[in-house]
Amino acid sequence: MAILTARNLRKRFGRNVALDGVNLTVEPGRIVGVIGPNGAGKSTAFNAILGLTPCDGELSVLGCNPWTERDRLMTQVCFIADVAVMPRWIRVREALDYVAGVHPRFDRAKAEAFLARTDIRRDSRVRELSKGMVTQLHLALVMAIDARLLVLDEPTLGLDLLYRKAFYDSLLGDYFDGERTILVSTHQVEEIQHILTDVVFLNHGRVVLDARMEDLEARYLEVMAAPDRLAEARGLGPIRERQVFGRSIFLFDGAPRERLATLGEVRAAGLADLFVALMGPATTEAA
Amino acid sequence: MSAATDAAAPPKVRPFYWSVRRELWENRALWMAPLVVQAVVLLAFFVASFRLPDMVAAARTGQQLALPYSAAAAAAFFVSFIVVVFYALGALNGERRDRSLLFWKSLPVSDTTTVLAKAAIPLAVQPAIALVIAVASQVVMLVWGSFVMLVSGNDPSEYWRYLHLPLMWAMLPYGLVMNALWDVPFYGWLLLVSAWAKRATFVWAVGPWLAAMLFEFLVFRTRRVAELVGERVFGGFDRAYTVTGQENVAVTSLAQVDPMRFIGDPGFWGGLVVGAACLAACVWLRRRHEPL
Repeated sequence: MAILTARNLRKRFGRNVALDGVNLTVEPGRIVGVIGPNGAGKSTAFNAILGLTPCDGELSVLGCNPWTERDRLMTQVCFIADVAVMPRWIRVREALDYVAGVHPRFDRAKAEAFLARTDIRRDSRVRELSKGMVTQLHLALVMAIDARLLVLDEPTLGLDLLYRKAFYDSLLGDYFDGERTILVSTHQVEEIQHILTDVVFLNHGRVVLDARMEDLEARYLEVMAAPDRLAEARGLGPIRERQVFGRSIFLFDGAPRERLATLGEVRAAGLADLFVALMGPATTEAA
Repeated sequence: MSAATDAAAPPKVRPFYWSVRRELWENRALWMAPLVVQAVVLLAFFVASFRLPDMVAAARTGQQLALPYSAAAAAAFFVSFIVVVFYALGALNGERRDRSLLFWKSLPVSDTTTVLAKAAIPLAVQPAIALVIAVASQVVMLVWGSFVMLVSGNDPSEYWRYLHLPLMWAMLPYGLVMNALWDVPFYGWLLLVSAWAKRATFVWAVGPWLAAMLFEFLVFRTRRVAELVGERVFGGFDRAYTVTGQENVAVTSLAQVDPMRFIGDPGFWGGLVVGAACLAACVWLRRRHEPL
């Protein structure tokens, strides 16, 4: 059974359409990256999935309607929404006490073991911790919860590279077990592309692309065309052409690899390049 | 679900209890402010206690001797009132302001539990804190006063017979409970403003009433709104501690205590209904809340 099914999700804020008929199905055990420029509707979609905001259309998460059955859903779902939402006044010890006191699936020993590998002291207040440490603390709390679905909305925004890398390493190494499902949105596309099993591109409240990573790698190919084959490459209808060190690189959607190999060096397209190609130049700054 | 988790006893979760604990962690002024003021009251009592044997010898009614005890209770109640008003105005506003709303909402604690826990602070937790602090302070006064009497060669029971502590210790919880129930619509209103207003909660809580008072006075030259507000905010202790029919005479025996002044008053029950409606509105609003 699918972890999440969304049919024709719609949501508007005044005249601004945030979700314009989103369809999405997520199977168990997948790590799905939701990628889109600012204002594409990622946070609105996540909020709807988490029951934080009502929306039109059909939405089922773990068999629950998130808006009407949020309390039940929250024992099975965990989320890190945005960054820096940990209350600044709380002490680390209090945060552990509180989550242990309210969450039936929280394993305190697991959270303590994770925190023991960091420099976080139990009697520190969140406001005294660095941004990276606050994220570590939040991750320690979330990873100790035996949840079936983990939703991460820009979990590493504002962190430096070392913390970002450690965050995703912990997520894969200590948390993901092949049965859990993770939904993650981020602007740092390249950093997460190797951990994803699926990718969804959102733009203007619509799903632009919804594919498995292995399908993506077969479908979207890049060719660094030899200088004398440029016209031939353009003739095959690339969806994007860019220049790197004076060489032309063409991105093709569904062209046969053998044919492209005659033009030059072929490789699977990176997510960031694909994002730019599919979203158009107006949104490139978000990649 | 694995067999191991099925076999294990379900872990005890107490969302309401921990939600109240969390309020006390965040708002330490709730118990620190009454403690600090109580320390001042006690200090004044210690400093003045060298005159105690003379005062006991000269006492006729004992009013002077009981005064520090009343002051201890009044200080605890009054400071609690101040801190709890500001608490209620921030309760459902602060979590939106600092975005921690998204953290609290990521945990399986319902909006109803959260709102009830926040309402429990002014209606139950703070009166209990005030009671414990007031009684503890009075016990310290009693012990120290008796000690002063003894070392000055006097009989401490001469001092005790002026204090009427059993009456006071019966009246304190009675007044606190009745006042809390009487104040349900008042705190319900403050919590509702904190859930609804984006900023300047104090202005929104007070402004409409001031405007209504001004309007009423200018149009009708009456003060009904002002009387209503005064009665609802400060009237609870008056009803508990004055004699029925003689509103400026303080109760001096348990026989004069008249619970009918609360439960026989339709306004008392109406207030509970209004307060409950405010809390229901808070739950409705919090469900839709997003960070500011």
